[in-house]
Amino acid sequence: MALTLDDVLRIAHLARIDIDAAAAREVHAKLDAIFTLINELQAIDTTGIEPMSHAQDVSAPLRDDAITESDHHADYQRGAPAVEDGLYLVPRVIE
Amino acid sequence: MIDGTIAELAQALHARRISSEELTSEALARIERAQSRFNAFITIDRDGALAAARAADAALRKGDGGPLTGIPLAHKDVLMTAGLNTTCGSRMLADFVAPYDAFVVEQLRKAGTVLVGKTNMDEFAMGSSSETSWFGPVRNPWDPAYVPGGSSGGSAVAVAARLVPAATGTDTGGSIRQPAALTGICGLKPTYGACSRYGLVAFASSLDHPGPFGRTAEDCALLLRAMAGHDPRDSTSINRPPEDYAQLLREPRAAKVLEGLRIGLPKEFHGEGVDAEVAAAVEAAIAELQKLGATLKTISLPAVKYSVPVYYVIAPAEASSNLSRFDGVRYGHRANDFKDLLDMYKKTRAEGFGAEVKRRILTGTYVLSHGYYDAYYLKAQQVRRLIADDFRRAYGECDVIVGPTAPSAAFKIGAKTDDPVQMYLNDIFTIAADLTGAPAISIPCGVTRDGLPIGLQIQGNHFDEARILDVAHRYQQATDWHQRVPPIEHASKSS
Repeated sequence: MALTLDDVLRIAHLARIDIDAAAAREVHAKLDAIFTLINELQAIDTTGIEPMSHAQDVSAPLRDDAITESDHHADYQRGAPAVEDGLYLVPRVIE
Repeated sequence: MIDGTIAELAQALHARRISSEELTSEALARIERAQSRFNAFITIDRDGALAAARAADAALRKGDGGPLTGIPLAHKDVLMTAGLNTTCGSRMLADFVAPYDAFVVEQLRKAGTVLVGKTNMDEFAMGSSSETSWFGPVRNPWDPAYVPGGSSGGSAVAVAARLVPAATGTDTGGSIRQPAALTGICGLKPTYGACSRYGLVAFASSLDHPGPFGRTAEDCALLLRAMAGHDPRDSTSINRPPEDYAQLLREPRAAKVLEGLRIGLPKEFHGEGVDAEVAAAVEAAIAELQKLGATLKTISLPAVKYSVPVYYVIAPAEASSNLSRFDGVRYGHRANDFKDLLDMYKKTRAEGFGAEVKRRILTGTYVLSHGYYDAYYLKAQQVRRLIADDFRRAYGECDVIVGPTAPSAAFKIGAKTDDPVQMYLNDIFTIAADLTGAPAISIPCGVTRDGLPIGLQIQGNHFDEARILDVAHRYQQATDWHQRVPPIEHASKSS
């Protein structure tokens, strides 16, 4: 399962990271080495092995459906790049 | 005075032989002087620290202090600190001011510690050398041409260079233990869920562990007691009764202090790929533990050799998801020039993240993408189970597992920056404990001919922190590797 330059461009788009052709070639060489390491896993027989998604086999706890948070709107928006009237500003998406 | 351990400093503070304000002023002076040499800090909070020190002194005067009251301490810059910058070593968050405290930060504040500043680190905790920070590399106080390990390199250096007696770090693949080994101090990764991840800027949520750095195992026990605890804001936080991790350490024992302890020596940690000087130091440490009464047993962890590839699927997969929040909208960096929303996201993330972070996001995106999920992500989760099963079987035969923390001592700055796979292999002995969630500590056990520290890793079963701290403490009572001090002017030999 070799990674191609096209794969790099495709995943960079999926990951929303701008990348030019020269950078993609450099990243491709490094990712290729990383995937050579990762591909060692393909040799292992894992038939019937339950995937381990977590360090502890515990189920997610439930809490009461009650309001516990106070309003932090202003605090949390203080670090935003562009805010107006309590709203986050983004480039126009609907013409 | 500040060269003392937390336990010694606490005595002096409680006896009023020294004030927290004096200690904190000395810490700040050392931090400011050392900054140009080691670059251990990203933010220094002089005013906040002195105010907290005066508050600690007032509590001590009233007789209200605990074992950590008035102790100056630094937090890794991936832990949120209300009102202070929390950058994660990234351009993305270079100007980000945390709106609240992380759980462990809050706990250590309540315990009366004095926050002096935020330490430098590999960007978003992804690295083993502390070279990828937007704020420049951290340097090893034993020799500034060498890396201090990573990702919590700034915290390790702050303690190793005697700038502060204690610091926090986070460990996802070895980021507490490996820098502790490379700088000659103690670093503990607790059991997953023992310390809440609330307010720890997420890298790989199923692997991220906050934990302490100290000069002795006893200090790590004191810090862990304050940092651990149930927190409903982290759904993986474990609800257990509070534990005094230092209790076993104080227990009086017969001459053979480790009598009855069964030490497992994994074949896989004691062979090929370990530097000869490291192997010799680890062997000598094991002989010392045997002298203290422990028995040795060779064990096998056959799947552990796949730890690194498993980790480099799971951690990047979780990172690619966690780091999707950095979109230039809600916080952090936003590109100046863009055509539209998609272009804004792409340019913001291209500018805000460094090369290693991008590589991991891309790796993670690929292993989670359509058609590859089963072959990579699911496969890695299955092998993670095999590794955990190996350890479960091993703990039927032994109480702790001992080996080197890292395959070599510190390497030169720049030596591995162009070869990510070589960099990743530094964590070959530390990753397994992150995958299984079991606790592990690194303590100093030797020095190379070049004068660089060597680390010994002691791993235990889930929730066995008290036991591994006890083994580490008994070793430190019998040896003096933890008392070695890097060659810097302000540092003096201390216990």
